[in-house]
Amino acid sequence: MAAPVETDPNAVPEYPQPRDGRCPFAPAPGVRDLQSRAPLTRVRLWDGSTPWLVTRYEDYRALLADPRLSADATKDGYPSPSAGLKARRSTNPTFISMDDPEHARLRRMVTAPFAIKRVEALRPRVQRIVDDLVDDLLAGPKPVDLVEAFALPTPSLVICELLGVPYTDHDFFQQNSRVLVKRDATAEESMAAQARLIEYIDDLIARKTTEPADDLLSSLAARVNDGELTRARAASMGMLLLVAGHETTANMIALGTLALLENPAQLALLRDSEDPKFVAGAVEELLRYLTITHMGRRRVALEDIEHGGQTIRAGEGVVLAGEAGNWDPEVFDAPDRLDLTRDARRHVAFGFGVHQCLGQPLARVELQVAYPTLLRRVPGLRLATSVDEVPFKHDGQVYGVYELPVTW
Amino acid sequence: MKVIVDKDACVGSGQCVLAAEDVFDQDDDGIAVLLQENPSEERAEDVRQAAAVCPALAIRIEG
Repeated sequence: MAAPVETDPNAVPEYPQPRDGRCPFAPAPGVRDLQSRAPLTRVRLWDGSTPWLVTRYEDYRALLADPRLSADATKDGYPSPSAGLKARRSTNPTFISMDDPEHARLRRMVTAPFAIKRVEALRPRVQRIVDDLVDDLLAGPKPVDLVEAFALPTPSLVICELLGVPYTDHDFFQQNSRVLVKRDATAEESMAAQARLIEYIDDLIARKTTEPADDLLSSLAARVNDGELTRARAASMGMLLLVAGHETTANMIALGTLALLENPAQLALLRDSEDPKFVAGAVEELLRYLTITHMGRRRVALEDIEHGGQTIRAGEGVVLAGEAGNWDPEVFDAPDRLDLTRDARRHVAFGFGVHQCLGQPLARVELQVAYPTLLRRVPGLRLATSVDEVPFKHDGQVYGVYELPVTW
Repeated sequence: MKVIVDKDACVGSGQCVLAAEDVFDQDDDGIAVLLQENPSEERAEDVRQAAAVCPALAIRIEG
């Protein structure tokens, strides 16, 4: 465990907290310290509110599976992680911030392309995308920023094809997505970026209403035609999938590559393995170890809930810290060790409960292709700067690196 | 071992298929389909893993 942080025991610590620059992959030391104290502790958010924080693995799973906790961001007491998200989710909810049965109805409209067999059928295409990007990387100048050259375009190209969004518009949607996942974006900035993206997707859906293709936006357009879905809701869902589909995986590719470069023995295991099962397991361990969604899942209690010897009162917010749960020493032995040979499949990097990440099968395939391909085809890959100079997203909504200068 | 899948609860994460693809499949909408109601003893560990990682707690095991 991390050394306890010397603080006033009566003070309510802030959440989220930046990760420690000396140990940039580990959850924030203050959050790990709370894990050793009690199942439920109080934290202070950006707006001064003091919801409960859940840091232990078993509590995390039990509470996220509990229907007495609501994901409805419009409810009083719902803990918002930033001004931007508060504004966006209250005015333009998608199924992420709805409860069943409406959540299930809308989510099931977009689950089909993420089924395992459908995603497996995409694997050769993902491989080609990754190979083409590595070709360009090897033909281009060095050092190069791996985020720009590889980590961001890989999932962006894949999600664009899946949704039916022209990749040529990537500057536009990546720039606006970046505002949405910036924790310090104001409500106005965040709302404006969201409005631009929704207008863009809405326009694409309108075109696909008359000229459908084999893509997800066309299937949403068909549901709009059938009266199952409003245009506004379809556009919001399309935007959610576009943003969630590239930001998270891009951060996993870049941060995971850095974690491997810093752990050469583990890197060699992954680079040299011919076993797809080992590669799949290695990706699960990287997901556990890095847990890039480090602002917690947020819920609000619909009724009083007794948990861990305490009572969460109706109307109180609950923040569930998956990054801490994935480093719970009761569940993962020596959690601070990146060990690609361990069985990490129980991790909660994609969340838990009915809102667990919809795109996880696609993310897995992208990561299973991206890491080994990059490591094998660029065997001399190394950091072109010192790790202290890498700009980590300590202030991001999703953790990662802003840039990763590499050479070979 | 007897396996029961609650299709209404399923959220289509596909984790059961990854854990035990000969026991679980998905329909066209990604919702879980049970292929073997009584999997063999050799499959027990993978099936338990499937139940443990199901985010919607949609898989129940008896016996």
